[in-house]
Amino acid sequence: MSQADSTHPPGALPGELMMWVLIISELLVFGAGLLAFMGVRLTDPVGFAEAQSHLHRTGAALNTGVLVTSGYLAARAYLWRGVGARPKARLALAGAAALGVVFLIIKGAEYADKAAQGIAWDTHPFFTFYYLLTGFHAAHVVAGVVLLLLVAWKDAPRNIEAGAQFWHMVDLVWVLLFPVIYLLG
Amino acid sequence: MKYKSQKIALVYFAVAMGLFAIQVLGGLLAGWIYVSPNTLSELLPFNIVRMLHTNSLVVWLLLGFFGAAYFLIPEESEREIHSEKLAYLQLLILVVGTLGVVVTYVFNLFEGHWLLGKEGREFIEQPKWVKAGIVVAALIFLYNISMTVLKGKKTAITNILLLGLWGLALLFLFSFYNPHNLALDKMYWWYIVHLWVEGTWELVMASILAYLMLKLTGVDREVVEKWLYVIVAAALFSGILGTGHHYYFIGTPGYWQWIGSIFSSLEVVPFFAMMAFAFVMVWKGRRDHPNKAALLWSLGCGTLAFFGAGVWGFLHTLHGVNYYTHGTQITAAHGHLAFYGAYVCLNLAIISYALPVLRNRDPYNQVLNMASFWMMTSGMVFMTFVLTFAGTVQTHMQRVLGEYFMDVQDSVELFYYMRFGAGLVVVLGAILFIYSMAVPRKEIIEAGSAETPAE
Repeated sequence: MSQADSTHPPGALPGELMMWVLIISELLVFGAGLLAFMGVRLTDPVGFAEAQSHLHRTGAALNTGVLVTSGYLAARAYLWRGVGARPKARLALAGAAALGVVFLIIKGAEYADKAAQGIAWDTHPFFTFYYLLTGFHAAHVVAGVVLLLLVAWKDAPRNIEAGAQFWHMVDLVWVLLFPVIYLLG
Repeated sequence: MKYKSQKIALVYFAVAMGLFAIQVLGGLLAGWIYVSPNTLSELLPFNIVRMLHTNSLVVWLLLGFFGAAYFLIPEESEREIHSEKLAYLQLLILVVGTLGVVVTYVFNLFEGHWLLGKEGREFIEQPKWVKAGIVVAALIFLYNISMTVLKGKKTAITNILLLGLWGLALLFLFSFYNPHNLALDKMYWWYIVHLWVEGTWELVMASILAYLMLKLTGVDREVVEKWLYVIVAAALFSGILGTGHHYYFIGTPGYWQWIGSIFSSLEVVPFFAMMAFAFVMVWKGRRDHPNKAALLWSLGCGTLAFFGAGVWGFLHTLHGVNYYTHGTQITAAHGHLAFYGAYVCLNLAIISYALPVLRNRDPYNQVLNMASFWMMTSGMVFMTFVLTFAGTVQTHMQRVLGEYFMDVQDSVELFYYMRFGAGLVVVLGAILFIYSMAVPRKEIIEAGSAETPAE
């Protein structure tokens, strides 16, 4: 981290201000969504538990590993770019984007399985939140993959930093969604 | 005045002030009809009065925006407006359209005619020929200011202003699409009504406010621009999906209840940021600008927009609350303070700032102007409180206890009397404002109070 930190003057905000504004806004939205989810869950704990039993915990746990690994690669890319290892950094960004696609494939399989079981967003309030929260998150994964490829192409350190910032937010949101939606008994 | 084409703004502001007078007088009449419902019921029915009240509001605010654009773009771009002639042609088209609308509404001419008759969708009732005229005028305007900005210096203020004005003009095109299905009709209708006032107009508001802060406080442009970008990001992030707070119970899918509730709750953020922006700039600013009235309106704009649009909006934006309060006097309370705070105050701020500059004078009639601020503001805030109480009583009696609409209306009659009184104060304040702007008397409040001269 020491090389990367040296690019910022002491006391200055690391990363792009606008990216932080976006990250805070996103966390507010997903946080509010999770709060609403838990609030509505209080009104029907049995129904929520029953609905939750239709989810694939293993697939989601696997996806957690995929996304965190991808986030690690994005962070490495920024550090490598900082010491001038451009090809290595680009490779790491491409790897991070590829793992993002893997996440989407696993997620897509889960959605397809739900559809096959005849489960839709209005089957139960649980699934309204399930589709809203994981669907919004998946849309951010798509945006993140595009962004990672974009900063792999235009690979100024500032750009890679902004891309990694966004990608860590996507990571963080998933790490919050996973226990609350999939595990909370 | 540095550029002679800024003069265009003077005519726009003058017409806007004329319509402002008509708007508040229409509001006063509508307020009286609430108290005494048979007033003019044959000659000028309530629905027509209300239509004139809301339509003239929208038109004068837009004329104010156009005037503000013609005033500030030459200074920001450091060049004259592309074509003065086109700017006056644009105004002419809008004035003819407005007169056509008023005559069509009041005498109910050509009822049901596809081209000449009024169309009956709230706020976009204009006959089709007027809508077409509005589009032509908007195209002329956008062409004119875009050419000016493209050839001149580009600043964050003009970029955001153009983004907002282009957005609002393009969204107006949805007024030509009128599906037969009522739910679909409303869905597209909100693309205009919501995405104007809670999207593109906010961009216009933020950029004009940023311009005023730049001029009045003398804070560095980089600081102002940073705030501007954050405000605009917050406005678009919350406002676009915030449209969902109109889709709760109109036949659109149920997931809109959560999307609308969550995103529209965040709409308070850009309004809070604009209020904070205005105050922080004034605290940081070293310039002691002599136009105290414009500063008062600017700070009032940020503050009242935060309460009217932000707080009073949040009050009934969650779908569980809105299920009960929808379409009660709570909505009227929010509508009045939000429009007054965000867009009326903004226009009056830029007019207070621009008019002395346009007439090559020192700021004049400042005491009268500031008195008009306090009259209009206290009248409007009182009206908001009164309507909020009326709406709370109405919600309980009508929506919780299930009593008959007209019985409930009788029970809140006292509030309607007080609202009329508050409205009267607003009208007097508006007349005072127009007088103080139109008739310069005293040049300066106290000689030598200003160290840095106005520009």
